Amino acid sequence: MVKYQASAMDRTFSALADPNRRQVLLRLKDEPGLSVSELARPLSLKLPGMMKHLDVLSDAGLITRTKAGRTVSVHLSVGPMREAMEWLKRYERFWTVSLDRLVALVEEGGER
Amino acid sequence: MIGRLPSVTIVRRIKAPPAKVWAAITQPALMMQWWGPDAGPTLSAEADVRPGGRFSVVFRLLNGEEHNPTGIYQEVIPEKKLVFTWEWPGMPERESLVTFLLEPFDGGTKLTLIHEHLPDEDARKSHEEGWSGLLDKLPVFLAGAECPT
Repeated sequence: MVKYQASAMDRTFSALADPNRRQVLLRLKDEPGLSVSELARPLSLKLPGMMKHLDVLSDAGLITRTKAGRTVSVHLSVGPMREAMEWLKRYERFWTVSLDRLVALVEEGGER
Repeated sequence: MIGRLPSVTIVRRIKAPPAKVWAAITQPALMMQWWGPDAGPTLSAEADVRPGGRFSVVFRLLNGEEHNPTGIYQEVIPEKKLVFTWEWPGMPERESLVTFLLEPFDGGTKLTLIHEHLPDEDARKSHEEGWSGLLDKLPVFLAGAECPT
């Protein structure tokens, strides 16, 4: 379970590391259900290139694709991104409290 | 420094000189007095503070859970900079990186803590493009879209 989570998180992070893929996610946020060619157009990507990016996003669980006739429409899936945010929040909590204690420790009796 | 993968950065201005802060983050006896996210006890601290040296802390939370982050020191500049890798069994990432920066500030110390996810090769290539834009929008996005199932 832990192992599964670790690799899922890695996939999310590396999927998000590409500017084209981030662009796709941001567009899908505003316009859910865009087709593959609509997504490819403003990025000046050819369809095969676009398909590769979508595969990466899909493997990371960041999008889902549904087929209606000959059109594939793409939707966001927020679960994995939520996990990435959780990662940040957990560490923020951990360090905030630890550093409070560190400050208290070094400041106590340190007036000079 | 710009556009790293997601990271946590915390800055504190401390009324104690850098030497004292440095001691608190590198000497096990002092580390044990603050390292941990709640009032639970720190059970052990190990700090072989030189590049390649090992770092390990065990602490118990008030709820009884014990955690043991470990890592390897990467960069050690006394009273200025301390960098080490961070592995946390049971946390959903393989390895991350912690940096403490100490600067003299108004008779005290400005402490900057950065905890970042180590990027893989793929990520490194395009990381200048920046995460910040996406991450800025993410909280709004998450708040507005509920997770199905």
